[in-house]
Amino acid sequence: MWKRLRERTTPTDVVMWLIGAAILVLVIWGSTATLSGGKYSSSHWFDFVVFGLAQGSIYALIAMGYTMVYGILRMINFAHSEVFMSGPYTAYYVAAAFYSSGFLDRQPILSLIIIFLVSMATSTVIALLLERIAYRPLRTAPRLVPLITAIGASFFLQYTFRGLYGSGFQAYPVVKILEGEWMFGEFRILKFQAVVIVAAALLMAGLYTFIQRTRIGKAIRSVSEDKEASSLMGIDVDRMIVTTFVIGGMAAGAAGVLYAVMFKQVHFFMGFVPGIKAFTAAVLGGIGNIPGAMLGGIFLGLIESVGPTLFLDGLGIVAPYQLKDAIAFILLVLVLIFRPTGILGERVAIKKA
Amino acid sequence: MKQAIKIGLIGGVVEVLLSLIGMIEAFSQRDIISHIISMGHTLLLLVVLFIGYLAAKGTPGRKPSWVLINGLTSGLMVGGGLALLVTMGGMMNLRKVFINASPLLYKLLTFDQGRNEGILLLLGGGVLSGLLAGLLSLAPSILRRVLIVSLGSVVGAGVLQDLLRPTVALWGSLAVVNEWLFSSNGLTSHGAIGLFALVTASSAFWAKKGNVIRSGLKSLPPARQRALKITALLLLIALLLGLPQLLGLFLSEVLTIIGLYVLLGLGLNIVVGFAGLLDLGYVAFFAIGAYTTGVLTSPELGFFNLSFWGALPFAIFMGVLSGVLLGVPVLKMRGDYLAIATLGFGEIIRILVLSDFLRPWLGGAQGIGKIAKAHIGSMELATPQQIYYLILAGCLLVGFISWRLRDSRLGRAWMAVREDEDVAQAMGINLSSTKLLAFATGAAFSALSGAIFASKLGSVYPHSFNVMISINILCLIIVGGMGSIPGVLVGAFALVGLPELLREFADYRLLVYGAALVAMMLLRPEGLWPEALRRRELHEGESTKTESVSGSESKST
Repeated sequence: MWKRLRERTTPTDVVMWLIGAAILVLVIWGSTATLSGGKYSSSHWFDFVVFGLAQGSIYALIAMGYTMVYGILRMINFAHSEVFMSGPYTAYYVAAAFYSSGFLDRQPILSLIIIFLVSMATSTVIALLLERIAYRPLRTAPRLVPLITAIGASFFLQYTFRGLYGSGFQAYPVVKILEGEWMFGEFRILKFQAVVIVAAALLMAGLYTFIQRTRIGKAIRSVSEDKEASSLMGIDVDRMIVTTFVIGGMAAGAAGVLYAVMFKQVHFFMGFVPGIKAFTAAVLGGIGNIPGAMLGGIFLGLIESVGPTLFLDGLGIVAPYQLKDAIAFILLVLVLIFRPTGILGERVAIKKA
Repeated sequence: MKQAIKIGLIGGVVEVLLSLIGMIEAFSQRDIISHIISMGHTLLLLVVLFIGYLAAKGTPGRKPSWVLINGLTSGLMVGGGLALLVTMGGMMNLRKVFINASPLLYKLLTFDQGRNEGILLLLGGGVLSGLLAGLLSLAPSILRRVLIVSLGSVVGAGVLQDLLRPTVALWGSLAVVNEWLFSSNGLTSHGAIGLFALVTASSAFWAKKGNVIRSGLKSLPPARQRALKITALLLLIALLLGLPQLLGLFLSEVLTIIGLYVLLGLGLNIVVGFAGLLDLGYVAFFAIGAYTTGVLTSPELGFFNLSFWGALPFAIFMGVLSGVLLGVPVLKMRGDYLAIATLGFGEIIRILVLSDFLRPWLGGAQGIGKIAKAHIGSMELATPQQIYYLILAGCLLVGFISWRLRDSRLGRAWMAVREDEDVAQAMGINLSSTKLLAFATGAAFSALSGAIFASKLGSVYPHSFNVMISINILCLIIVGGMGSIPGVLVGAFALVGLPELLREFADYRLLVYGAALVAMMLLRPEGLWPEALRRRELHEGESTKTESVSGSESKST
């Protein structure tokens, strides 16, 4: 047994295991140092955790789009980050109009619902356009071609929106009922964070039920499994693909408004980093796997929020929050190296051409 | 007819979009034909002509009356779209949402007439252009080609006037041509007509006699042919060497930037084009080369005090090292994951050089300044013209290495890996070392480019090393042709040179890149100057492709 193990491990494997072990050691060392240093009280950690949960739920919603499209088309929809951006940016103008007319204060819940609907509609339209114009003609092309098309479409959309709406940061109007906080002893939760977490949880539950329990959901799962067999079973594959994009678009649009509520700003470039993080989340959970995307999103959000302070502060690194994106990317690379099938395992049937 | 309406509506949406993103406005600064038509209006006209042509060409049966009607209808739709925009703009303030829906835009769209007159002009203009396009599609193909070439030349001369005017002006004897052809903003009307006539005449001549000349050349004895080729090559080299003197300061600067991108493109061409490894974090190696040069030569940080040539080998070595370090973890990853992982690496490097954590060594957000320039003997290479020669040397060296590698055993191993990894491994190719060599070579070229960049600018800032540069380089080699060395040149001149020359482009650069990328992938995935092999590959299934909804993978990347 040892002989076979020795034969099968290459020098590169050894290097990778060493690097992984080194990172693990650093993480443990840093965490113990930070916790024993006592600089942060438990209410601080609670803040980090809640923030991480909120941000993670947003990532989870966006990751749904990535994972579903990958499941059904075997391609990364690079432009999904722009689908995410287009919704809240367009809905901003509705929100601003509501705010200036006072409607936002008089009927906050109704205006929020309308804002959500506008955002979801816009994102869906962009997703549909993408599918129709950029992806459908290239379904049979070699792997690299749709990926490059997606990259091109992503930048095209970013700069189109920049041209349409301008390059500035637009501040979302403040919704009064979402301000304020709830205290539990010395732990506090900001109201909008709670709203984000609950809304995202509801949406994810709804999406999950839709995919698992309805006929259309079953059809989508079937097309992800095997396109030819599905079409033989009488399923309209094109329509299912379109439906997948619609669902992904709606989820992204909703996530966009939640993001705007949380970070209070929209900008034409706002989709890029959350997009990559959401893709990380989808891969973390197992690409093609919808519960996995949700889990991956929350996990990533928590690591990003708690991680820099926990791991790096103890190592004496100054301003660790600057490196939070780096931690997310390192996590991505580590997952891709050591467990490419993700936490819950890849649900995509491996087909070799 | 329905098809024509659909095409026309799409055209209308496109033109409205072009107006709302501000492109028409920005382009109107420049006149193509002085005081007659600006670049903005030319763009609108070209779009409607193209739409009309598409609609006319798609007419089943090609009956002349129907062709014209289709062209006309689609033109009407396009004009209608713009007219709708103008009407809505009059009724409500669109500017609150679409920041470019300014009074200037409406003035441009209504051709400086009142609103109602403008709408009529738009509709009429659309119809007329559609009709013209229809006529064009009915014309015999030789005539059509000649007309398109002439039109293209006039528009091209207007667009590239900033390049042509100073170049011609440098030769005193040709100054009179300059006067006649160009005015301060755009071609003169007689210049445009003259140019049109000239190009029409020469294209007509070439269309008639071109084949004769070409076969005449081929029938020359091989020795003469070789002599001709060598003379052409020598002329090219002389041109390359003399270019900075010919073109002046600004254009030499543009050439140096193009040259840097050519270096980068050649490196990424090896990774993506030869070996098929989609690397989106390529800018990381560029940064590493630049920062190594900075750290080693700058007195600001005070660690070392090497000269540029002393630091150069270290920069390249660091590039190779990081290429290997990047390559090891991603050896087992497939296409999409590889792309994202490398993107992650690129971002990690950028975040690290920007962070306060590494500021004592890398300068943090302020970067590193006072980087040494290159010296040859006692002469310092500081002006764009001089740096051009340094970059030219780099490009020639890297180009030569690329070319030899492509035809070598390693190059063929790379292409085998690109086609199908498993088969390549079965054929006895060591995947790990082949891939690592690809990464390392690409990284070395990139680090070289980074070192020259650092020396040229004299300083490095972390903000210059963002993911956009990786995407830029990727676009460049894809538009030029993946894996093709002349393609890199074409891509660099098109995607880097043009935006430098057309300052109005600046805001829309990435938009055009994105659109170009999508268009290229849809229409011509092998690029503008492809490898012959690639073109055969990508169009292989086309004649035998059946309408299949299943979309199974017919080939792996």
